[in-house]
Amino acid sequence: MKLQRIWALFLARNLEFFRDKAAFGWNFAFPFLIIVGFGFMFEGRNHQQFKVGLFPVAAEELTFADTTLPRSFQTEERVQFIPLPGRHSGEELLRHHKIELLVDVYSADHAYWVNDSSPTGYIAEKLYLASFLPENSQVANKKIIEGEEIRYIDWFFPGLIGMNMMFSALWGVGYVVVRYRKNGALKRLKATPLTPLEYLCAQTLSRIFLLMFTTAVVWLGSDLIFDFNIQGSLWLIFFLFFLGGLCLCSLGLILAARGTSEEFTSGVLNFISWPMMFLSEVWFSLEGSPEWIRSVSQLFPLTHMLAAIRKVMNEGATLIDVGGQCLFLAAFTAAALIIAAGMFSWND
Amino acid sequence: MTEPQPILEVKNLRKVYKTIVAVDDVSLKVHPGTCLGLLGPNGAGKTTTIEILEDIFEPTAGTIHYKGQPRRGSFREEVGIQFQHTSLLNYLTVKETLRTFICLYGDPEEFDTLVQRCELGPLLQRRNNKLSGGQQQRLMLALALVNRPSLIFLDEPSTGLDPQSRRNLWQIVDQIKAEGKTIILTTHSMEEAEYLCDEVAIMDKGRIIAEGSPEALIKQYCGSSAILLPLSVDTRKLENLPYLWQQQKDQIRIDSDDIYTTIAALSTLNIDLSGMSISSANLEDVFLQLTGRQLRD
Repeated sequence: MKLQRIWALFLARNLEFFRDKAAFGWNFAFPFLIIVGFGFMFEGRNHQQFKVGLFPVAAEELTFADTTLPRSFQTEERVQFIPLPGRHSGEELLRHHKIELLVDVYSADHAYWVNDSSPTGYIAEKLYLASFLPENSQVANKKIIEGEEIRYIDWFFPGLIGMNMMFSALWGVGYVVVRYRKNGALKRLKATPLTPLEYLCAQTLSRIFLLMFTTAVVWLGSDLIFDFNIQGSLWLIFFLFFLGGLCLCSLGLILAARGTSEEFTSGVLNFISWPMMFLSEVWFSLEGSPEWIRSVSQLFPLTHMLAAIRKVMNEGATLIDVGGQCLFLAAFTAAALIIAAGMFSWND
Repeated sequence: MTEPQPILEVKNLRKVYKTIVAVDDVSLKVHPGTCLGLLGPNGAGKTTTIEILEDIFEPTAGTIHYKGQPRRGSFREEVGIQFQHTSLLNYLTVKETLRTFICLYGDPEEFDTLVQRCELGPLLQRRNNKLSGGQQQRLMLALALVNRPSLIFLDEPSTGLDPQSRRNLWQIVDQIKAEGKTIILTTHSMEEAEYLCDEVAIMDKGRIIAEGSPEALIKQYCGSSAILLPLSVDTRKLENLPYLWQQQKDQIRIDSDDIYTTIAALSTLNIDLSGMSISSANLEDVFLQLTGRQLRD
């Protein structure tokens, strides 16, 4: 293996990426827009809001004067009230899960309607019923958790960055290699002394460099907006992003090792990336989910990368604490590179 | 006198894709310093053959010896290849592309020498996707020369080029030939083959159906010249002519080794020679003679 060849291709690929203004811009714009968008959606609102339809209330005058709605329910911040002209229109919305609960605000017996097939409707109903309890009644002993608060954005942000890395690594390596194979660029390289392993190493290093560059810029920009609460070492977080990114790039190389059809490769990339996105705790925790789902999620490198980064970011874990995940990612990368080099074909 | 050792020797080469025989029992020898042209209609197996020789594809059967030995890992260090269909990184400049390829070899050619030889000087800062067809071919040729190859493969190097670009490319290839390098090229252009090749092998349906120098093939298959007469000539008189003749679309063609004797014979038969013209046979005549005139898909 000659480093000079790897370096030459690494430079060439990076130059190409940075000069392709559309691809370059999108690699920054996409994660940044997602993070800012979702960040503002969830910022200061770490809980779900339930939609409760009230009737008969004219759209422009939602007041609670003269209504039988309990005062504590009127001020419930987890509820968004939807004024409705009558019961019939409210029932339609309830039937189609567009609201969780429907309340007759002038009913003496506090009549309400709920869709029994709606899990969120069940919670909204409990909220409504609880509002009839006396204000100071204590039926259980409430304790507040101590220590610095971890906001939802602090938990969610590594997942978003990880998701972006996953798509960028799988598509940026997998799809691009297939395109090069199809247009004959790989055949031109086959006519040189370059080996498959040298080529794959150059591709992986180039993509990880670009990934780390974009991640650093997006992280910096997002941190200026959200002021992330980081418990552990920022260097360790970026090391884990690097290790995870390498691993995802290597997985992309396996998928691209032989493919000659961009359409087929797209299908395979989707087949891998979508389950990984949903089962690697990008959006939600798998805590409490069936054991087999959690077992399957352990097969994905993204799961290990995010678990380690969140441990460092949210719990202040050290390199030793996340050593298991690091080992998994390193071993996965090495195995994937060897498999990809073994399977690799230059020709279409 | 013993024959010099060929730089490339191919024996009984065969390539089968499922049920399609693309190359069928091809054998040939290429001697150092010569230019061999593989000619043939579309689908004759030229590109498959040259790509097997380049070590891009494995043959189904047959042997290939380079400098008297089976090809080894160093083969790619020593040969230069210009493909028929290939692509480069679009956003790189000509200069960056050359520098990148120079880094892939252990003993590369000087950058300035490549630029000068392939006339790339004015194009160095231009991106690959902004090059014209002729400029791209010159860059591809430069890439094929990066490693100072002793054997160069050119797969239809002038296809799609305008006459000026084609002539320019031929001159560059001619200079490379003059340095004593061995060239194997495929082409559709008989003019190109006659201009560049010392030897040609005509392929059809995966097989070599004729080989030799262009002059020898012309002499063997078409005679040295042809007398062309208008269709108005009384063809009944030609029945008595002791030479082969054929009626073509817009003329009557008589192939002949000795023009003067043939004209004398025509005069003896009182054939009107007022519309007569004389055509020298060329490689295209050989090609059409051997592969037929029917349209190939």
